[in-house]
Amino acid sequence: MNLLMRKQWGWLTSGLALALIFLLAVATIKPIGVSTQFVILDGIVMDAIAPATVVQDDTAKKGYSSPNAYLNKSGGKYAKSVAKPMNYSFVFVLAMIAGGFIASRMQSARDKDAQRQNRTMPPVWRARFGDSSGVRHVVSFIGGVLVLFGARLAGGCTSGHMMSGMMQTSVSGYLFALGAFAAAIPVAFFIYKNIKE
Amino acid sequence: MDIVLAIVLGLIFGFVLQKVGAANPQKIINMLRLRDLHLMKAILLGIGVSSLVLFTLLAVGVVPASHISVKASYVGVVVGGVLLGIGWAIAGFCPGTGVVAAGAGRKDALSFIAGGLLGALLYMLVYGQIKSTALFDDLGAKSTLAATGNESYPALLGDMPSLAVAGGIALVFIVLAFVLPEADASS
Repeated sequence: MNLLMRKQWGWLTSGLALALIFLLAVATIKPIGVSTQFVILDGIVMDAIAPATVVQDDTAKKGYSSPNAYLNKSGGKYAKSVAKPMNYSFVFVLAMIAGGFIASRMQSARDKDAQRQNRTMPPVWRARFGDSSGVRHVVSFIGGVLVLFGARLAGGCTSGHMMSGMMQTSVSGYLFALGAFAAAIPVAFFIYKNIKE
Repeated sequence: MDIVLAIVLGLIFGFVLQKVGAANPQKIINMLRLRDLHLMKAILLGIGVSSLVLFTLLAVGVVPASHISVKASYVGVVVGGVLLGIGWAIAGFCPGTGVVAAGAGRKDALSFIAGGLLGALLYMLVYGQIKSTALFDDLGAKSTLAATGNESYPALLGDMPSLAVAGGIALVFIVLAFVLPEADASS
C-alpha cells in the first residue's frame, strides 16, 4: 500500500511496472497505443458537426467509410472507431486519464502542495523562461501539434512504437526511437541550455 | 469483456505512467538533457524485461502469436519520430503522458492535448495529398528482428532461435538500465 501512495517510484520499480503493464496488454488483447485516439476524437467531433464524415458502408471491409482519406484507410478501420467510440482502444485512453487522476490523489499532502505549485510550468521551464503561464501554454500547444502530427506520420508514438514496438523487436520501433531521440536530445539542450533545475 | 479490460488496463497504465514520473514534463525535459536518467533507466528496463518475458511466453505458447502487432517501417516513421521528438522536448509531453498528466491535474497538459488534437486533424487533412510521396517509401515493411511466430511479420533474424535474438537484445537493454548513472555527476 505504501508503494501505491508514494509520489514517485524508483527506477527499478518503475521499469518493472512498465514491463508488467505492457506485457498484460499484449497477453490479453494487443499492444498498447495512444496517439490514434486523438484522430478518433477529432473524427467524433467532425462527425457531430458534419454527420456525413463517417457513413455506414457495407462495401467497406470494416462496414464504415469516410470521404476523408485517413479515416477511410485500411477498409474504414478508423471510420468504424469514430462511429463506435465505445471500443477497446478509445476506452483504454479514457481510463488512462482516470488512472493519472487516482495516482495523483494517492500521495501525501506535502507532495500534493508541491505539485500544485508546478501545475502549469515545470521548474526548469520557469528558470529558463520566467513566470508567464501564457507563454507556457502557447509553447505546450505548439509542442502538441508537432507531437501528434509526427506520431500520426510515424504511425505511432512513444507507447506504440517505442515501448510496444521494441518489446516485439519491431524494426519500426527502433527506427522511430532513433528519430525521436536524435531530435529530442539536441532540441532539449538547445532550448534549456545549462539551466540548473 | 474487452471494454472491462480496456478500463482495467487503461487505469493501471495511467497510474503507472504517473508514478514513474513520465507524466511530469520536468522529468522528461531533464531526461532529454541527460541530467536525470531515472526515466531512461526505467524505460530501458521496461522494454528489456517485457521483451524477454514476452518471447518466453510466445515460445511456450502462453501468449498467442496472433496478439503480436507490428507496425510498418517507412521513411515517415523516422521523419515523424523527428517531429515528435522536437515537440516532446519543447512541451515535455508525448501523447500518452500528456493524457495522464491532464488527469493528474496539470494545466499545461490541457494546452498540449488541444494542440495534439489540432496536429492530428492537420494530419488527417493532408494525408490524402502525402500518401503517395516518398514519405511512405518502404524501409522494411512490417518486420521484426526476432521471429514472433506470427506469419504476417517476417523476421530479419528468423534463422536464429527467437529467444536467443530477443533475449540478447533484451539483455543489452537491461544491462544499460543498470549501468547508466541516475543523475549527471555535474548537476
